[in-house]
Amino acid sequence: MAKEISFVFNGNSMKMRVEDHWTLLYFIREALGHTGTKEGCGSGECGACTVIVDGEAVNSCLYLAAEIDGKTLLTIEGLAAKDGTLHPIQKAFVEKGGIQCGFCTPGMILSAKALLDKNSAADEKEIKEAIAGNLCRCTGYIQIIESIKAARDQGEEQPRVVAFRTEEGDRGE
Amino acid sequence: MRPFTYLTPKTLDEAISLHQSHGERAKYIAGGTDVLVKIKEGKLAPDYLISLKHIIGQDRPFLDPETGELYVGAFCTHRSIEQSPLVQHRYPILHDAVKNIGSVQIRNVATIGGNLVNAVPSADAAIPLIALDGRANIYGPKGQRSIELGRFFLGPGQCDLEAGEILTEIVIPPLLSRTGSAYIKHGRREAMELPMLGVGVLLSLKEDMVTCAKARVCLGVAAPTPFRALQAEKHIEGKPVDEDSLTEAGQIAGRESKVRDSIRGVAWYRREMVEVLVKRMGLKALERARARNKEVLKTED
Repeated sequence: MAKEISFVFNGNSMKMRVEDHWTLLYFIREALGHTGTKEGCGSGECGACTVIVDGEAVNSCLYLAAEIDGKTLLTIEGLAAKDGTLHPIQKAFVEKGGIQCGFCTPGMILSAKALLDKNSAADEKEIKEAIAGNLCRCTGYIQIIESIKAARDQGEEQPRVVAFRTEEGDRGE
Repeated sequence: MRPFTYLTPKTLDEAISLHQSHGERAKYIAGGTDVLVKIKEGKLAPDYLISLKHIIGQDRPFLDPETGELYVGAFCTHRSIEQSPLVQHRYPILHDAVKNIGSVQIRNVATIGGNLVNAVPSADAAIPLIALDGRANIYGPKGQRSIELGRFFLGPGQCDLEAGEILTEIVIPPLLSRTGSAYIKHGRREAMELPMLGVGVLLSLKEDMVTCAKARVCLGVAAPTPFRALQAEKHIEGKPVDEDSLTEAGQIAGRESKVRDSIRGVAWYRREMVEVLVKRMGLKALERARARNKEVLKTED
């Protein structure tokens, strides 16, 4: 059976038809065409398919697409600014070597984001807990944890750049 | 995934009547972290999934101010229990158990009722709820009933639910004064793993803060179902609690265990760890009971 659902996808309100048995992962990749969300194990063990629904990290492989009706969905494509400027967490992963093959990275970054959005001063233990459900087979986690710490510290010191409009034109602060 | 029709009733009665009209072709689903895996693996092939997620209420733990009972709705996610200040503060044994289940992503979705009705020997959530003398409220085509949670588990994968029945909540009676409790999941990893052993101990002390008024020693993966080590409890109750009595209680609990070899651990090791961990959790429960008592005395001053 198919039903129509309304939801906010990476900041845009949308209405789409979904089949009852579609997982959110299938829906994102095949119906929305956004392939940044990866399928690893398909059974909730690896976290490669992690997305954020209403502020909480979930495994999209074990979440029915029909269940995002009325909710807000964020995938990795929703993080960078429209001009391509990376989100501070993405930047930190690049700078600290938190990426090798990149397959776990979208999930890793979204787990980190769900944590830092709620707890901007998360300590190492809390970071480890937040990514316990995200497996990485390349970097060995140390650089990933360092990346998340760097993003956290940057968040404290430098608030995100805010653009504003003056009479002379657009200005960055 | 194999196609099915997903139904989202808003009330328990509606859910039950849907189940009755579709019979064996229907399966209840809550968080779905087990049901969907089983469908993907071909172990389940329902034509209808009846979601319990949209039923109003019962999605976070709450304390009845009149009776002092704690209601843990079956559709509470593990995360909502983990983050409940009420649970963290007054029922630490439950917090200890839910915080290490799966991952954040799983805990955000998976429900405590789902963990219980799967009735695996390793159900982390069952041990603390049994130690807290929880009762299971069940609602079904024949109406409402309530049983001790300790009697809910019949065997591996089997629990006392008839066709169409829904586990709706666990009710925990008021805690005795001067109670402390603790749970440990023992395994190789802290996250994303089923326990090799789960040990929960609850101790209520008399006014002297030494003599044990009530003891609960609950074990998971030490038998086909979660169980209470009754002889070990009896050994602690009515006597001063100290390291020696807890060591002996651990040895008794080890003898009461029906441990076996499995991929996660061998029987002799499990038995030895029952001894060690019953003592260790007993000491932690004792420490917590004393700390809590100090807090209570402070607020009364």
